[in-house]
Amino acid sequence: MTRRRGAFARHIPWTLIIFLVAFWVPWVGSRYDTFLATQIAIDALFAVSLNLLLGTTGLVSFGHVAYFGVGAYVCAILMKTYGFPFAAAFPAAGIGAAGFALVFGFFCVRLTKIYFAMLTLAFSQIVWAVCFKWNDVTGGDQGLPDIPYPDLDWISAIPGLAELRIGDRFYLLTLLLVAVCLAVLRQIVRSPFGRMLTTIRDNAERAAFIGLNVRAYELAAFVIAGGFAGLAGALFGIFNRGVFADYVFWSKSAEVMIMTILGGMDYFWGPPVGALALVWLNQQTTSYTEYWPFVLGTLLVVLLFAFPGGIVGGLVTGFRFARRRLVPGDA
Amino acid sequence: MGGLTTAMFLFLIASGLSLVFGVMRVLNFAHGSFYMIGAYLAWQAVQWLQPTPERFWPAALFAALGVALLGALVERLLLRYLYGREELYQLLFTYALVLILGDAAKFVWGTTQLSVSRPPSLAGGFEIFGATLPYYNLFIMAAGSAIAVVGWLVLSRTGAGRMVRAASFDREMLDALGANVGAIYTGMFVVSSFLAGLSGALVTPIQSIVPGMDVEIIVQAFIVVVIGGLGSFWGTFLGSVIYGQVLSFGILIFPGFSLFSVFALMAVILVIRPWGLLGRPL
Repeated sequence: MTRRRGAFARHIPWTLIIFLVAFWVPWVGSRYDTFLATQIAIDALFAVSLNLLLGTTGLVSFGHVAYFGVGAYVCAILMKTYGFPFAAAFPAAGIGAAGFALVFGFFCVRLTKIYFAMLTLAFSQIVWAVCFKWNDVTGGDQGLPDIPYPDLDWISAIPGLAELRIGDRFYLLTLLLVAVCLAVLRQIVRSPFGRMLTTIRDNAERAAFIGLNVRAYELAAFVIAGGFAGLAGALFGIFNRGVFADYVFWSKSAEVMIMTILGGMDYFWGPPVGALALVWLNQQTTSYTEYWPFVLGTLLVVLLFAFPGGIVGGLVTGFRFARRRLVPGDA
Repeated sequence: MGGLTTAMFLFLIASGLSLVFGVMRVLNFAHGSFYMIGAYLAWQAVQWLQPTPERFWPAALFAALGVALLGALVERLLLRYLYGREELYQLLFTYALVLILGDAAKFVWGTTQLSVSRPPSLAGGFEIFGATLPYYNLFIMAAGSAIAVVGWLVLSRTGAGRMVRAASFDREMLDALGANVGAIYTGMFVVSSFLAGLSGALVTPIQSIVPGMDVEIIVQAFIVVVIGGLGSFWGTFLGSVIYGQVLSFGILIFPGFSLFSVFALMAVILVIRPWGLLGRPL
């Protein structure tokens, strides 16, 4: 499998472009479109954080939802139980999730391949079991409903934004925060640190041989990915108006992994495209049939056999092919 | 004693999972789905054979054979094309099967709870230490032990067992020596599916059949094989016994946190001895 990034994607500020386009959703689309767009933005951040492990570092984590869940619970508990403002609870969610990722990751990076996947799964199930049973703090199987919206009156104070509904304001806040997080993640992937992670993915033995502390790099990637997943979780808890133990169950990890693969894990923008495609497909499918998992499973089988590069991978291959045919001599 | 019944059940389920991992290095998420399909098929066959008194036994055999056939189809038509690929793709493929089979079962059998009554030949129970132990549970313990002994004899004493062990050591070498490794893989997957279907059928007189029993059981089976050692036959047996005991004593010691204790045990084993108590490092 070639893992070369398309040259045409290198110098375009995609984060800014997507932000500017998505900014107009509340004015152009319906209330439901804004709702879907919020979900896509949150899922995109979650999937990109997973892809820092999956695509960039080559670590198959089957328990990424644990950090998403920790972030959601930390933010929800701080805002609902202790009345913290969102501005404090949101970063706390990221730090809390990163802290868990540091402890769990410390053990996980000592293992490779299937054992790594199993241990991440075990840790995420531990988080699930605790969330499910610790009634005093997490609400147990009842979860934490009615998380307050953050105070967004300052958005209305901006000229031109005064008319927006609360859902639209939260969408704009989510979009802004997700865009900033994606820009940061993009820089991390492109930085020398990100290159080192890719080296480890391609050949961990060789990376160790040239003097890299492979485990330390993997742990750093694990913590960063966990932290950003926690931020996505914090946004999701508020968006969903509640946090429930079901969201931490292991099958959710598989869902975000499908999103990442569907978009294309070899590309930074693959996971967001996957999030967009999956949310849209889900919405289209569920209006016809209740058997969405069946459709998703079939889609996944087709994807694994026919398009292992995902949507973006397929597009890039098609683009290269077209260019070769149209411009003879241009490799 | 409750712990031991649970343990034997888990052994029936997890042994197939462990065999497939040991030989093929594929961690089969769909094993739980095969188990669930086995339970539904057994229920279906019991309905068809309505007036017969001992209809449970042919129904269980039918379910196991049906699931074995399903496993053969999955392996021959799809899974074998993924052996050369990264583990991620194999994991996701088996997860796709979980989604497809789960919905297919919902489509065919609906979402209501179904149950099968105990076969009349094993209806009663007897008193032991002040508690009633149903004969059926005793039968499960015997069946689990019997499968363990038969499996061990086949693996260690027969030519087929030798081939299977050779395939788990070094696939390429065996291939080069002229053995039909593809057939061994298919055979292993079919045997594993058979065991999953059989355990699904055997669980029906004790538990009701509900959607979602597939993802619930697969996590437990994972814990068992991880504790005992992925791919180790006796390890799986030991893992099942430990799991059953930890779960039943966990309920006594920290009520409400017994689930936590088994996951914690799995994590501790993975950290200290990733290849499990009786497994060997890859």
